[in-house]
Amino acid sequence: MRSDVGQFDFVSPASLDAVLERLAAEPGVHTPLAGGTELMVALNTGRLQQHSLLNLQHLSELRFIRVEAEAIHIGSGTTFTDIRRSEAIAIDLPLLSQAASWTGSVANQNRGTLGGNLCNASPAADSPPALLAYGATVTLVSSHGTRTLPYSDFHLGYKRTALRPDELLHTISVPTGWSGYRQYIRKVGTRNAQAISKVALAAMARVDGDRTSRVIGDIRIGAASLADRPVRCAAAEAAVRGKLVNETTVRAARTALAGEAKPIDDIRSTATYRAHVAANLLEEFLRSLVG
Amino acid sequence: MSLVQLTVNGTRQQVDVPPMKRLLDVLREDLALTGSKEGCGEGECGACAVLLDGVLVNSCLVPALQVNGSRLCTIEGVSTEGRLHPIQQCFLECGGAQCGICTPGMILATQHLLDKYPHPTMEQIQEGLAGNLCRCTGYMRIFEAVQEAAKVA
Ligand SMILES: Cc1cc2nc3c(=O)[nH]c(=O)nc-3n(C[C@H](O)[C@H](O)[C@H](O)COP(=O)(O)OP(=O)(O)OC[C@H]3O[C@@H](n4cnc5c(N)ncnc54)[C@H](O)[C@@H]3O)c2cc1C
Ligand code: FES
Ligand code: FES
Repeated sequence: MRSDVGQFDFVSPASLDAVLERLAAEPGVHTPLAGGTELMVALNTGRLQQHSLLNLQHLSELRFIRVEAEAIHIGSGTTFTDIRRSEAIAIDLPLLSQAASWTGSVANQNRGTLGGNLCNASPAADSPPALLAYGATVTLVSSHGTRTLPYSDFHLGYKRTALRPDELLHTISVPTGWSGYRQYIRKVGTRNAQAISKVALAAMARVDGDRTSRVIGDIRIGAASLADRPVRCAAAEAAVRGKLVNETTVRAARTALAGEAKPIDDIRSTATYRAHVAANLLEEFLRSLVG
Repeated sequence: MSLVQLTVNGTRQQVDVPPMKRLLDVLREDLALTGSKEGCGEGECGACAVLLDGVLVNSCLVPALQVNGSRLCTIEGVSTEGRLHPIQQCFLECGGAQCGICTPGMILATQHLLDKYPHPTMEQIQEGLAGNLCRCTGYMRIFEAVQEAAKVA
């Protein structure tokens, strides 16, 4: 059943400061609305609980891609189309570029924002695995100022984030300089465009040593749909870091990943399938390192 | 209620509507432009697609207030002086439209695609139209229509 739109309040404050003031004045009362590709679906299916919405979509303060020497800073209001168009992101953060390219259809990418993807906090969302692997940080803003935290501390549980009711996600900062790393991302779902993933993995590794002894100098793995929130796979990373790429290492990685994965059964897939496929993806990546 | 001003197919319009009213309903109910269709109402099918400031969006996911001051092109604005646009002509000739429910969105998605890639590859066509579902044609005739349109446009 669709909601009665007359029941919802929606205003467009003129500036970011004006939005923050309203959030601070009545914490928890107002909900930000950016591209609307999550909230409007909730509205149209009668699931939208929040009745007072604040527009972010028009705020140029939140829509930017700033390239600096050691990081690319992305405003929360940046759309997936903006991300796909950025040459700097395509070159320095290819996993994020790739994730943006399969986040829904072209029309969804024209509207949906990176900030909305992270704040909606679905464990299956497409950008988080890449951001976790790259070790991104997020800057949150309120009328009291800003605070910055590792993105890996942003998700607290199923659809729960570190955002206080008076805060907005302002910037996602992603370190660059990965030219020595092999990078991998794969989404497994019914189809890439439109379909939410059953499971997805982003991974990157630096391989040291010569042709006869290839050692994994560093590895970073982010996953979607392996837990109640997007996760960095620390146990799997530890199991292979500093190891030769061989059968033993591949087995150790699979075991460690299975140990830390806590996927769920839902309409899209089962926990068993998810854990198994995630291990297959990791194995595929590890084997590619010696190719 | 909110006063929303927008330019639709070159004509300035003003409506007084609930700010969260879907653009799709503003078009169909307040402006009597019923060319844009509702398929799913969830952003999945593209039947409601329009060009908002030149960019393809699903109008079922856009609240009215967000189009204040914008320029909109709907399927009603694609032909000029009663003559079909080349994209429409190609859909007609290639059998790219059967029941027609998906067609308005398909045409606007094609226009958006050809704006970006005047000579799209098959892969670009498939990706550009991946958000537009069709229950009738099996897509092949639609892809042909887009390829033809790229030749004549
Ligand atoms: C058909 C369809 C297909 C989709 N496919 C995919 C897919 O393949 N992969 C995927 O990951 N997602 C997918 N999505 C989900 C959605 O498009 C994304 O999550 C998108 O990034 C949401 O961004 P938005 O700006 O539209 O969010 P909105 O709906 O505007 O907001 C989403 C949530 O984030 C909050 N929010 C937004 N911005 C901020 C901010 N700056 N600070 C604090 N809170 C904020 C809102 O309050 C709300 O709770 C799909 C959606 C649809 C409709
Ligand atoms: S009706 Fe809008 S996408 Fe289906
Ligand atoms: S022509 Fe009928 S849905 Fe496409």
